[in-house]
Amino acid sequence: MPAPDAEARKAWIATLAKAPPARLADLMPELPPHDLLRAPEVGAVMVRGRTGGTGAAFNLGEMTVTRCSVRLADGPVGHAWVQGRDKAHARRAAVIDALMQTEAAPDLSARILAPLRAEAEAHRAARAAKAAGTKVEFFTMVRGEDQ
Amino acid sequence: MYVAVKGGERAIDNAHQWLAEERRGDRSVPELTIPQIREQMKLAVNRVMAEGSLYDPDLAALAIKQARGDLIEAVFLIRAYRTTLPRLAGSRPVDTGAMAVDRRISATFKDLPGGQVLGPTFDYTHRLLDFALMAEGEPPTPIPSPRGGGEVPGAAAGQEAPPSPLVGEGWGGGSPRVPHVTGFLNRDGLIEAAPPSDATPPDLTREPMELPADRALRLQALARGDEGFVLGLAYSTQRGYGRTHAFVGELRIGRVAVEVEIPELGFAVEIGEIELTECETVNQFKGSKSEPPQFTRGYGLVMGQSERKAIAMSLVDRSLRWQELGEDFTGAPAQDAEFVLMHCDNIQATGFLEHIKLPHYVDFQAELELVRRLRAEAQTLQEAAE
Repeated sequence: MPAPDAEARKAWIATLAKAPPARLADLMPELPPHDLLRAPEVGAVMVRGRTGGTGAAFNLGEMTVTRCSVRLADGPVGHAWVQGRDKAHARRAAVIDALMQTEAAPDLSARILAPLRAEAEAHRAARAAKAAGTKVEFFTMVRGEDQ
Repeated sequence: MYVAVKGGERAIDNAHQWLAEERRGDRSVPELTIPQIREQMKLAVNRVMAEGSLYDPDLAALAIKQARGDLIEAVFLIRAYRTTLPRLAGSRPVDTGAMAVDRRISATFKDLPGGQVLGPTFDYTHRLLDFALMAEGEPPTPIPSPRGGGEVPGAAAGQEAPPSPLVGEGWGGGSPRVPHVTGFLNRDGLIEAAPPSDATPPDLTREPMELPADRALRLQALARGDEGFVLGLAYSTQRGYGRTHAFVGELRIGRVAVEVEIPELGFAVEIGEIELTECETVNQFKGSKSEPPQFTRGYGLVMGQSERKAIAMSLVDRSLRWQELGEDFTGAPAQDAEFVLMHCDNIQATGFLEHIKLPHYVDFQAELELVRRLRAEAQTLQEAAE
């Protein structure tokens, strides 16, 4: 199996991290045998912003994050860093990251990642549509030069 | 002499037990759940996350429940919890230009690309109590989706769903970015630039804050500062104490991805999404021998939906920049970095304020002795004079 493309891996790691933990557990209730290289660990990441939106970095505040690393029985290593304090979520995401580096990738991609992406996109689109409904249309009442 | 005393254990235990009972209140009323607080008291949760300086809506909701709704006490609980967490990394600076916006308004340009998007705002409500909420009445009717014949142009039934109106009007489309208003002014050189830098910023949670504090440190302190304190200072600048003539160039609320460089992977990945409120002010301009007159900027960025705080932060940020921009120090509190930064943290303030209610028996005994002696001396002098 060739090493996975880094861009593709970035994308699936992000999808797994942002998935609602309960939904991910529904899609992948059973995990294959694996060893914990780093047991799920809860910590904080300092979130940074930029002055003026584009300028120098500054520290905004922290967020909770859980990370985990696993090794499958047949070798591949998976990593996860997920927002929040859900250890099962981090472990499941790490196992799927490892499995995505095996022959199981196409199946997992269709069965787990595709629905997660579709649901995230639907959620985003629904919110964007709500926002669009509050977009202001201005009507010109009177123009100064008309008077 | 320091006298150690002990006692009160039974009183303290009973007090804590009573506190738990009072927290629960009338048992015939259903108990609040954490998800209820998280979903229905969201702005309180946001405030506790912002001032607690830890983004975790469930923990903030728990803190609010435990603190009986005392938000500063809840912030205290979050700050205390935060200290137990190992710091795993610092994120890449979030890209607010890629924000999925719920709200985005400008007080300076009516027809900005992407338009004025009100979002779920209290603005334009009448501030009349809505007794329907008390009657636990019907849920409000959902707002019509643009596809159902709303105001969005070209959204008639049967047509292709239009691209989001927030996307790239006049910008070629295709990109999900929502351009910043200051970017337009920047193109024409009418406003000072904010050139990017990825230098690691100072962190007041790691190193005690020292003055003079650079802008990055000031922004960190303001972002976690007390909303009421920052609001009061910002208001004082509007009333003339360090005037900065601010316009809200842009205010936006929405979600951004948080990206972190993962050492074991060797590249950066998105690990989650957080809601932020960002305010950019466009302020009084100034020219010099080398620079033509141009607008200046103030910046506010706050966790969650908190536009009062974000606007206030941007006003105070701008006010604190007087020296860098060659303005006069008028003695206004909002210009005084030491005054602002050393007093904006409500946990530090509460700690020092409330410690005076704890036993000071010995200190007070000394004062009492002193005042008795002075009175006795005064009386002796008076008698001698008579």
